[in-house]
Amino acid sequence: MQGFRTIAQTTVSHTARETSPPMKRKLLAATGVAALAAAVLTGCASGSAEAEAASCTNEIKVADAPQVSVWAWYPAFEQVVDLFNETHDEVQVCWTNAGQGNDEYTKFSTAIEAGSGAPDVIMLESEVLSSFAIRKALVDLTEYGADDVKGDYSEGAWKDVSSGAAVYAIPVDGGPMGMLLRQDIFDEYGITVPTTWDEFAAAAQQLKDAGAPGVLVDFPTNGRAYNQALFAQAGSVPFDYDNANPTEIGIEVNDQGAKDVLAYWEDLVDKGLVATDDAFTADYNTKLVDGSYAVYVAAAWGPGYLGGLSDADPDAVWKAAPVPQWDTANPVQINWGGSTFAVTSQAKDAELSALVAKEIFGTEEAWKIGIEEAALFPLWKPVLESDYFRDLEYPFFGGQQINKDVFLPAASAYTGFTFSPFQNYAYDQLTEQLYAMVQGEKDSSSALDDLQASLEKYATEQGFALK
Amino acid sequence: MTATATITAPAGRAPRERRSKLDARHQRWGWLYVSPFLVVFALFLIFPLFYAFGMSLFTTGLATGTQFSGIGNYVKAFTDPLFLEGLLRVAAFAIVMIPAQLIVALVAALVLDSLVSWLSKASRLLIFAPYAIPVVIGALMWSFLYSPRFGPAGTFFELLGLPAPDFLAAGTVFYSLVNIVTWQWSGYYMIVIYAALRSIDPAIYEAARIDGANGLQTALRIKIPMISSSMVMVITFALIGTLQFFTEPVVLRNIAQGAIDAAYTPNMYAYSLAFSYSQFNYASTIAFSLGILVFAGSFVFLFLTRKQSGLK
Repeated sequence: MQGFRTIAQTTVSHTARETSPPMKRKLLAATGVAALAAAVLTGCASGSAEAEAASCTNEIKVADAPQVSVWAWYPAFEQVVDLFNETHDEVQVCWTNAGQGNDEYTKFSTAIEAGSGAPDVIMLESEVLSSFAIRKALVDLTEYGADDVKGDYSEGAWKDVSSGAAVYAIPVDGGPMGMLLRQDIFDEYGITVPTTWDEFAAAAQQLKDAGAPGVLVDFPTNGRAYNQALFAQAGSVPFDYDNANPTEIGIEVNDQGAKDVLAYWEDLVDKGLVATDDAFTADYNTKLVDGSYAVYVAAAWGPGYLGGLSDADPDAVWKAAPVPQWDTANPVQINWGGSTFAVTSQAKDAELSALVAKEIFGTEEAWKIGIEEAALFPLWKPVLESDYFRDLEYPFFGGQQINKDVFLPAASAYTGFTFSPFQNYAYDQLTEQLYAMVQGEKDSSSALDDLQASLEKYATEQGFALK
Repeated sequence: MTATATITAPAGRAPRERRSKLDARHQRWGWLYVSPFLVVFALFLIFPLFYAFGMSLFTTGLATGTQFSGIGNYVKAFTDPLFLEGLLRVAAFAIVMIPAQLIVALVAALVLDSLVSWLSKASRLLIFAPYAIPVVIGALMWSFLYSPRFGPAGTFFELLGLPAPDFLAAGTVFYSLVNIVTWQWSGYYMIVIYAALRSIDPAIYEAARIDGANGLQTALRIKIPMISSSMVMVITFALIGTLQFFTEPVVLRNIAQGAIDAAYTPNMYAYSLAFSYSQFNYASTIAFSLGILVFAGSFVFLFLTRKQSGLK
């Protein structure tokens, strides 16, 4: 206690003395702000990225082989890396987990700006490929034999990694969408599994009328790629962009498809039939598995995500079903997420790096780890089309063959999607507009019109010509 | 030693000249002594500052590449609704948060100063304790307390039969943030004010008592005026801290992305621009503009309070 008083008193008298030249002290305080920001903006981050790249998380099996550094955040990836290193003498993978999603992109982005510190090969979700390609951060893999492996992937998957003639990454896993549902809750309230969105709305109403404690589903305003996938199902094509012509972009986030879908959800929100909780929070994760939501409209990686959550309802009976349709005569399949391996423009040896990107998930053994340990949905056809994957039974779903029932048909009907080269900004704006709608500040139509206006303004500021 | 030698040197030069030579020699040694600091200061403050300023004079468009744009970015910043809204928001925070912290700190310090018991020492430690918790940890802890599912509010209001308030809604998140900051910083300001109170000569209180002043009058008429320079310092700290508001909203944004947008405060806006949208040049402009405004704001405040703080 005595210590506190002494320290505090010293501080005061010291400061009282200091206050005599106020200008100087304020100047320091003010410059400190900017300097701190500047320091963060310039040196620090790239330094740490470099330090991270220097040390591998995995063990190098062939000491004298050249190494290719890889950033990735797949679960159980170390086993895949070990498998690759044991079977390759000419190159060794040096793997680092530089964070998941945006954490990794932030480091990568800083490394691009600094001109050093990026890995040779990097795991990127397909939605950010254009954003990095436009900054000339990725190598066009057509020169390095990308076409050799083109046949191993579906057309939709290949479209997601290419822009015009260029190929910026090798697909790894995908996110064809389905509907994961609580069969026990459906049975308790006598609800049949909906196959159309109209039936889906009716089921939501039925659940509420029956006085169920939870709701049918959540409509997260920060769903980002999820929300966009829902729009795409009704024919929304928000961006028209090709890296071969990087100064032009077509933006139409407020097309009829998006407006119809959002009006549908606005109606459900207004009637109180769905929740509007933020996704990916601790609250949301618990509600996913404790019965607060009877349905989780999910991607193929969703079951793996659910399996890792705590506080699950022990009596839950999960089933997978196809995602509801707008028009059952013309079903449309959608995709949420999915990742790729890209070679960065800072790669020391692009040839070897491309080899790693092509081959690391290019064996059945690697995919067995990916599927069973990491719950990934393979885009590599030899496994995707194998009997093993089709017939795999999932204990989480009571032995249901969810790939055969839901995700394989969804994946084969997926035709690809074009993202903008400023996707992170577009998502942040989408979240803002959806939140304003849910808050009742504007209706769904003007929310999308405002989104359109803000993205057009941003694109113009960034020097794009609008198509 | 050097100084003595100079002073006792034989006369012959004008006294003024001798003094300036003495000063010069003193200064040379002075510079030597502060040089380690100056090197660090130049390397980690002056240089990055100029670097950031240099960056802020260029514009990088995703489609256009980097071009020199002079003060173009500054014109854009001060007409950018996101930046201006962020500034208005931190101004609102300053208006609500600084008085809140100050009142809590002042009342606690005055009460503790007039108590003489073990209770006072224990309370002092307890009030100070939140300041010892790292800001991120404190904000994370509060984010769990605010959570409708894990927080205590749900259970508490259920007992009363009332619906629990949503601390993270668009209208309430402002006050939730005010609460976190007040909780964290009041203790620190309390210690500063308390220390100032302890340094007042007790004879003054005795004089006041003899003149018939009661406890409240002593506090309002004697103690507060006598510690006004500490109060000015506390407000200046709080003002600078509030204008740079960053950590708490960033942590809460993880669970309230709708209510706290990416440009909630100017600092957050600069961060998003740089690291989410890769606009390093414009981010430098925002950071620099904020720095100038913090400087100006603090300067104006210190100018207006020059009488209280004894700067006049």
